[in-house]
Amino acid sequence: MDSPNPRSLAALRPYTHKNTGWRLFVSTILARAYPRIIGQQREVSWLVFDLIMPMLAVIAYVFVYRALNAPEEYIGFVVMGGAMTAFWMNILWSMSSQLYWEKEQGNLALYIMAPNSMMAILLGMALGGMLATALRALVVTLLGIFLFGVTYAVSSYVQLFLVFMLAMVALYGMGMMMASAFLLFGREAWHMANLAQEPIFLASGFYFPIKSLPFWVAAGASIIPLTLGMDAMRQLVFATGFQFGFLTVQTEIIILAVLSVVFVVTAKVMLGYIEKIAVREGRITESRR
Amino acid sequence: MSASLAIETKDLGRIYKLRGSKKETRKELIALQDVNLTVERGELFGLLGPNGAGKTTLIKVLTTLLSPTSGWARVAGADVHAEPEAVRPRINMVSGGESSGYGLLTVKENLWMFSQFYGVPSKEANERIEALLEMVGLKDRMHTKSSDLSTGLRQKMNIVRGFLTEPEVLFLDEPTLGLDVGAMRDVRRFILDWLKADKERTLLLTTHYMAEADELCDRVAIINKGRVLACDRPSVLKQRLQKDALFEIEVSPLNGLTQQMLVDQAEVTKAAISETEKGAKLSLSLVEESALARIINLFTQKDVKVMNLNKREPTLEDVFVDLVGRSMAEEESNGQP
Repeated sequence: MDSPNPRSLAALRPYTHKNTGWRLFVSTILARAYPRIIGQQREVSWLVFDLIMPMLAVIAYVFVYRALNAPEEYIGFVVMGGAMTAFWMNILWSMSSQLYWEKEQGNLALYIMAPNSMMAILLGMALGGMLATALRALVVTLLGIFLFGVTYAVSSYVQLFLVFMLAMVALYGMGMMMASAFLLFGREAWHMANLAQEPIFLASGFYFPIKSLPFWVAAGASIIPLTLGMDAMRQLVFATGFQFGFLTVQTEIIILAVLSVVFVVTAKVMLGYIEKIAVREGRITESRR
Repeated sequence: MSASLAIETKDLGRIYKLRGSKKETRKELIALQDVNLTVERGELFGLLGPNGAGKTTLIKVLTTLLSPTSGWARVAGADVHAEPEAVRPRINMVSGGESSGYGLLTVKENLWMFSQFYGVPSKEANERIEALLEMVGLKDRMHTKSSDLSTGLRQKMNIVRGFLTEPEVLFLDEPTLGLDVGAMRDVRRFILDWLKADKERTLLLTTHYMAEADELCDRVAIINKGRVLACDRPSVLKQRLQKDALFEIEVSPLNGLTQQMLVDQAEVTKAAISETEKGAKLSLSLVEESALARIINLFTQKDVKVMNLNKREPTLEDVFVDLVGRSMAEEESNGQP
């Protein structure tokens, strides 16, 4: 290391200003979103896990529906399901386990020790995950148009935007809640997620309209925000409208809004609890005790 | 608390409840016990002790990551348990061997991200990052993904992370762990430059490298089994041993020679044995130099050959042996959790 030059010495002077309050909250969200938005694109494995794998499932369902002479709208339903799969996989395997990995890497202690809010960290993870995954979902949708000639007939762009945003807020709120649960229960939560993956693909109607399911099964599956989100979006973007819908779009918007509030508030409460036991017991920020 | 104090602890204690099988009674581990320390603003304070002594636990308490089970601690004037939100903007911590940040991000991106958690304006953060990386000799690697850095370079990045946010009190937990000699020297020099630039800055350093503490620290506290055994300037701590003659003797295989046999000799106040590749190294503290003759006689009886013999000035390691009765290495191998 060379002797410090005047520029370097300037780097040792105290700052004249630091952001606090809502500015710190926002800068934390953006900073934590950055690794997901930028960093994740550098790992080309996403092409396999987030694009090729969902597309294989989509292709399989398309052939099955065509072989059965199902209405052509089903092809569009499958493509939308394939696009939304990326969000569900992101929640289940990336968002939920993130705090657990942050602990293993030693980042969690640094996050707790910093003056930022842990909620801002979680929101940053969610925002980053959502934006990075939106790119994958968009690619699946475009591939659906290109490969299978899916046509869209949007009845209301405003409602479509609202449904999508509410579904995302509720879904990532749920992901934030699951992140705290994973941290608390460790590997047991991992097994639960493994167990939940396939049944949720079925119950949430990723590849078919949930109207086909018994009412109470579909109602139970509605706790997963993508269930109602996809159902409402299918009603809004395909010409069949309510014909294959489970509930009306308006009802689904209200339920999604409630789910958004419930999941985000629960995530905040759980995070507060996690931080409390982290400091009290010392077992959240280190794995040896 | 005096305004000039950066850190103050009073009867600070921390007990861990160890997890085990549900049928077993939960065991307790006393990690800290009645720790009373004061660190002045502007001071470079060292915490010395073997692994498991309680150094990291103390740092965790002081950095608001762990609550004490008894007593209290204040950092930068605020209680770490009652007012963590007042402490956090004013501190930072770097640990040796940490793997924080994200491997997919570059060095500069990782540092920028952490600076944002402390509210450093983005433009200023970027300028500061470049200048600090230049100071630690990492500027040419600032666009390298952190996963592609060697251990030493990664630790330099971590060090910059800690200094970047301009903390009033910085905690460095074994910051030179695993670094080569050159990188260690760089880090130590950087620490001293940073402290020199503002007399109000305080740094608490934990290490089990005695020479590092001796070279850097204004004062050191020697800690073992959760208790502070001594706390003073290194020179003062060493002075307490000046009355004894200290010898370091390298011998061929010990042939059954034990520490107890050495201590049992008249005028031997302390003895420590550490095994080496070629045999063993003995550290002896003698009331009179003449006692060395009896030691040599003992070697002759045991057929132990002397390879090298040095009389030397006391070090902090000797202070530790004097206080604990064993060397730090022996204390670590004694099964500390």
